[in-house]
Amino acid sequence: MAVETAPMTPDSALSASRKNEAIRARIKRRYSAERRFRAYGIAAILFGLAFLVALFSTIFARGYTAFQQSTFTLSVVLDQAAFGSSAPTPSELRMADYTKIANRAIQQALGVDPNNKADARAAADLLSQNADTQIRKIVTADPSLVGQTVKVDVLAHGNVDSLLKGQFDRSVAESRRKLSDKQLGWLDRAIESGILTKKFNTGLFTYGASSKPETAGVGVALVGSLYMMTIVLLVAVPLGVAAAVYLEEFAPKNFITDTIEVNINNLAAVPSIVFGLLGLAIFINFMGIPRSASLVGGLVLALMTLPTIIIATRAAVSAVPPSIREAALGVGASKMQSITHHVLPLAVPGILTGTIIGLAKALGETAPLLMIGMVAFVVEYPSTPMDAATALPVQIYMWATAAERGFVERTAGATLILLAFLVVMNVTAVILRRRYERRW
Amino acid sequence: MSTPLLAAVVVALGAIGWLLGSWRSKASVGGKVSTLHSRPGYYGAYVLCWTILPAFFLIVLWSAISPMVVSNMVSSRLPQNVQDGVTQARSLTTSAINTIERGLATLSAEDLEKAAQPNTDVKALLLSKGAPLAINPEPYAVNAALFQLQAKRSSQLLLTISAIGLALLCLGFALFQVGPKLRSRNAVERVALAGLFACSMVAILTTLGIVLSMLFESIHFFGIVPIQDFLFGTVWDPRFSAAGSSGEAGGQFGLLPLLWGTLYISFVALLVAVPVGLFSAVYMSEYASGSVRLMTKPLLEILAGIPTIVYGFFALITFGPLLRDLGAHVGLSISATSVLTAGLIMGVMLIPFVSSLSDDIINAVPQSLREGSYGLGATQSETIKRVILPAALPGIVGAILLAASRAIGETMIVVLAAGIAPNLTLNPFEPVTTITVKIVSQLTGDLEFNSPQTLVAFALGLTLFVFTLALNIYALYIVRKYREQYE
Repeated sequence: MAVETAPMTPDSALSASRKNEAIRARIKRRYSAERRFRAYGIAAILFGLAFLVALFSTIFARGYTAFQQSTFTLSVVLDQAAFGSSAPTPSELRMADYTKIANRAIQQALGVDPNNKADARAAADLLSQNADTQIRKIVTADPSLVGQTVKVDVLAHGNVDSLLKGQFDRSVAESRRKLSDKQLGWLDRAIESGILTKKFNTGLFTYGASSKPETAGVGVALVGSLYMMTIVLLVAVPLGVAAAVYLEEFAPKNFITDTIEVNINNLAAVPSIVFGLLGLAIFINFMGIPRSASLVGGLVLALMTLPTIIIATRAAVSAVPPSIREAALGVGASKMQSITHHVLPLAVPGILTGTIIGLAKALGETAPLLMIGMVAFVVEYPSTPMDAATALPVQIYMWATAAERGFVERTAGATLILLAFLVVMNVTAVILRRRYERRW
Repeated sequence: MSTPLLAAVVVALGAIGWLLGSWRSKASVGGKVSTLHSRPGYYGAYVLCWTILPAFFLIVLWSAISPMVVSNMVSSRLPQNVQDGVTQARSLTTSAINTIERGLATLSAEDLEKAAQPNTDVKALLLSKGAPLAINPEPYAVNAALFQLQAKRSSQLLLTISAIGLALLCLGFALFQVGPKLRSRNAVERVALAGLFACSMVAILTTLGIVLSMLFESIHFFGIVPIQDFLFGTVWDPRFSAAGSSGEAGGQFGLLPLLWGTLYISFVALLVAVPVGLFSAVYMSEYASGSVRLMTKPLLEILAGIPTIVYGFFALITFGPLLRDLGAHVGLSISATSVLTAGLIMGVMLIPFVSSLSDDIINAVPQSLREGSYGLGATQSETIKRVILPAALPGIVGAILLAASRAIGETMIVVLAAGIAPNLTLNPFEPVTTITVKIVSQLTGDLEFNSPQTLVAFALGLTLFVFTLALNIYALYIVRKYREQYE
């Protein structure tokens, strides 16, 4: 363009330096835009990580107390009079008034006069309503205890529990408090003398559904989840592996195969609640499997997990290099033999990883289980997969919507248990992948 | 013999067949295995397939057909006035018969004979055997129950005999064929291939099951509530179904408030997820060093692995109250369950969906495009904004659409954080409700099927399915097309 070089006049020098300045300013602007852009990226990642920290720390802060439970250590007098005879029959053992025995024990421990009706009632209210069952269990297990005085750990009422965990506000007016001044006095003395302590909460892992927070646990839900995961393993893994092997190794390129592929990709993205509706319509209404049975839940979750397993298996199978297949075919193996003897064993780590990740997803799934009646108040352990059951995430949902305040702690505790399971499964998957994954 | 036991017996026969088959193949060549067409195990498997498969088909077919036949036979024996009664009365009779039959099934043979005599008090008899009845059985119901019990028992007996007979027959037939010339490996492999194909059809069957079951129940629903009232109604007020009121609507089932809530919450969620997800994907694929990437990528993906119930619980106990208190601080009235609460939390859940897919797509953009842009003097961010993102745009749109379909179908977060009031509101601080929330609330608790209050859940489910399916297919199409472009 402009070839002629004009002699430097002061005027043009000025414009050149202006131009330089403009360029420098623009570069500065462009670099700061660059820095801003980079900062947005860091901010986005930090936002995600901060949320992760906030989520985990809140749930931990709310939930760790659920692993401890306030317990009275009482000397319980198993008076012969309460059982009718010194060698009571099994039915006498069952029918004895254990509530009265428990109430006597707490009244004695707190130094309350049992004849003062109001005080006696107030003292008895500090015990869990489950106290009689606990004592009955001990006595029926060992009837020779009748007539003796035994030390028994008895659960305290939920209100006492929240007092010990510092969740109880003493400054509220007495009439609006769940514990009266007198009860608080007794409790303070009981804490001092060591009969009221916090113990590790085994009940959280063994109890079933309950309307009282102190006797509510995830035991039954864990069994339900275990059944369902077993069914998912038994149904989804063979089906998924077989389907993946067919699609990856045998399927001819035609309309049916294309349809199957599109289908699998779509199934992976269908909302989980739709699978619940499918289970309700097909397994319960059409096939007549009872509602709330873990069999239905397991089948629904298996169908949901199927695409995950198929996709993972296909990736693992296609990662095995063709030279392996060709070597097998070269020494006279049939195609089926080359796959079952060589390709599949080499793909096992990948399949396992996919399976574990699929299982972890299924374990945390709630919505489809709500559709098929797993939102049930189940107290008894289900003994077969056909019995009414519930699952860990459903239990969390039920507790989260429970009105009583004591359940918040339980919910967070159960969430921690669920998260612990998921962490273990995912870490196992990562370790498996790291250790056994082969690069070809 | 009960069906599971029968199946076990057939399997045991199959195992015996396997042993016999491989033994006979070896015997037929005098122990010189190398002269066989296939290895002895294949002969065993050949006999096993022959033994088990026909018998299993028989058992499955029989179990599907025989209950229908039995119930037809039973209902044809009921008195004429019962047969002509309304549907509800008939189904009541059927369930009564089934209850009596279950009680009778526990009785011994003599007691059954006693129950069959016309003037026995069946209720008292059952009670004495520990099977109390809640109803006073009509004599014809008792007769029908007895007949049903006998029919079931004889059907089961017939099945047992024929299934075991068939298994033995086929076992013998296959065993007879075993010899050095039999191409047993090819036959067994054909069966295995058919099995593999059948397994891959399960995906199609599942989709078919979803579509058919929803369509069937929805058509049932639209028979009660006109389809235009559902699609264009602006009021959602299903009422509770009173017993016996089925057949009439007794409520309003307008989809629009639910659809509005669903779309509004999804929109808020995407407002969070798209910028955050996209920026983190860009940072991770373009700026971050290898070690940072190795650390942060799995950490962000944890967000996708957390069960949604946990997000919902977090929104319910921490985030919702926090927003409400913040709002009160600056003079806004934000309710604890609101569009904002649910949308923000859902947005966080969606971050990894957007980021990991976008990350893949950005990585797939050829390096030459970047280098060309650097060569012209562009800074890194300019390259990203002007070259890489436009090149990756279709794929990123696909990723966003997939995230949107997740958002629309998400259930637990909105159940716990969005509220249950169907609201047609623009105010993000108010509670709304979504399609998924209403599916849950219509189907939990005591159900009475055939009432519009429960059937509407299937119509809602169908709506949800159609919406997400359309989004998914379109998104997958875009992503796939885009991937091919650079490969």
